[in-house]
Amino acid sequence: MVSFSAVAKRYPGGQEALKDISFSLEAGELAFLTGRSGAGKSTVLKLIPAIERPSAGSVVVNGQNVGALQRAAIPVLRRNIGLVFQDQKLLYDRSVFDNVMLPLAFSSHPPKEAARRARAALDKVGLLGRERANPIQLSGGEQQRLAIARAVVNRPALLVADEPTANLDAESAARILDIFVAFNQVGVTVLIATHDRALVERYGRRVLRLEAGRIL
Amino acid sequence: MTAWLRQHVHAFASALRRLSVLNALVIGIALALPAGGYALLESLRPAGARLALEPRISLFLEPQVRRADAEALGKRLRADPRIAAVRFIPREEALKEMSAMPGLSEVIGALGRNPLPDAFVVTSREDIAGELARLPGVAEVQADAVWARRLAAAAAIVQLGLWLLAALLGAALVAVTFNTIRLQILTQRDEIEVSKLIGATDAFIRRPFYYLGLLQGLAGGAVALAVVAAALALLNREVGVLAASYGSSFRFGFLSGPEALAVVLFAGLLGWLGARLSVSRHLRQIELM
Repeated sequence: MVSFSAVAKRYPGGQEALKDISFSLEAGELAFLTGRSGAGKSTVLKLIPAIERPSAGSVVVNGQNVGALQRAAIPVLRRNIGLVFQDQKLLYDRSVFDNVMLPLAFSSHPPKEAARRARAALDKVGLLGRERANPIQLSGGEQQRLAIARAVVNRPALLVADEPTANLDAESAARILDIFVAFNQVGVTVLIATHDRALVERYGRRVLRLEAGRIL
Repeated sequence: MTAWLRQHVHAFASALRRLSVLNALVIGIALALPAGGYALLESLRPAGARLALEPRISLFLEPQVRRADAEALGKRLRADPRIAAVRFIPREEALKEMSAMPGLSEVIGALGRNPLPDAFVVTSREDIAGELARLPGVAEVQADAVWARRLAAAAAIVQLGLWLLAALLGAALVAVTFNTIRLQILTQRDEIEVSKLIGATDAFIRRPFYYLGLLQGLAGGAVALAVVAAALALLNREVGVLAASYGSSFRFGFLSGPEALAVVLFAGLLGWLGARLSVSRHLRQIELM
């Protein structure tokens, strides 16, 4: 599903975020990407939907070499990946429901089907009762769940989450991870970046440890 | 409904929600100036054209010329093959016409005697004013053709001025739209950024802004037509009174259907252009993550 080979990433200015990353994630797998802040977790995740391009090596997602993709092909790639951002990127000028509807606006679903999918996604993260609320009225854990609902509403085969449990209490964090596990159980490939080693160890899943731009 | 059409409806609806009445007013008022000027000029053109086609020459006779001599002169004029029509206006009739004008009757009454001379009005396609001025008993000759030519020249200047004004205000329309779209892009920055991150195409992101520019231009064009129509209605109330005193039913006409349509479509086109320039410049500045 996802395969990194000898990937390096240097940012303009010479900062070397990734030195030599190679790993692959099979379809249906759930893995954690751990490491301290600044280890390069976010960079690894951004390479998957071509938000960043590798300086060297190749990133292959769903059989496509992401680093070599034409600009016009990127939207299609991204629609097949569910992204949960570190800062969530919710839109506070609209309701919870409309936040989830956003990715459906540029997919080809008829309005009724889109609304049905949005409600199904909200239902899966336990926010169905809060459709009409504004995201600002939600708790931190609820906002994170809303971000997940938006990521999965297009039913992607791959789900990528950057620090989804940051700033959450242990109970909320566990609930978030349980949601990811539930999606994984129905066949979604999941990659979660987190610095919370203790939380990760409880799940007994594959762990990719990132340190100073390399996988240990 | 196809997905493509649905996306256009979505973009159109999103643009419609963000349409600002104030911006449409600004654009409309700016465009009303050249559009209104054009309407006024076009209304005056037939009058000017008639004058230029049938140049009339007025012959004012010396006050001491007797009626018999005047009639002899009239016969001579009618015999001239270059002259199409001759109308004699005796001084009494001229006085009566003038007395009928409001405000002038008291002035004429105060004079005590008729100050007006006998006159001929001659229609000729040839410029024979100089020749007629040398006829015996003729005191003064006024050729309409001269001031018809001046009027045409003045109209050409005004028309050029209107085109310049239209060009300037058209540029202003593009600038206003450019700025509106810039602000709108800044306002929707988060939405644009997230949409790009989760797989929106550039076309999907740009479309609502193009529609907004187009709609704003069209709305501005419609406002301009409304402003012109209202201004002409107001003007025509006063013009009607003035024209009636000349026995004329002259009114300033509104733009013709195709002209009005052209104003609206052109405004829409300029709005779309402003949006396009703004989008290509400002969307690039929104970097990802």
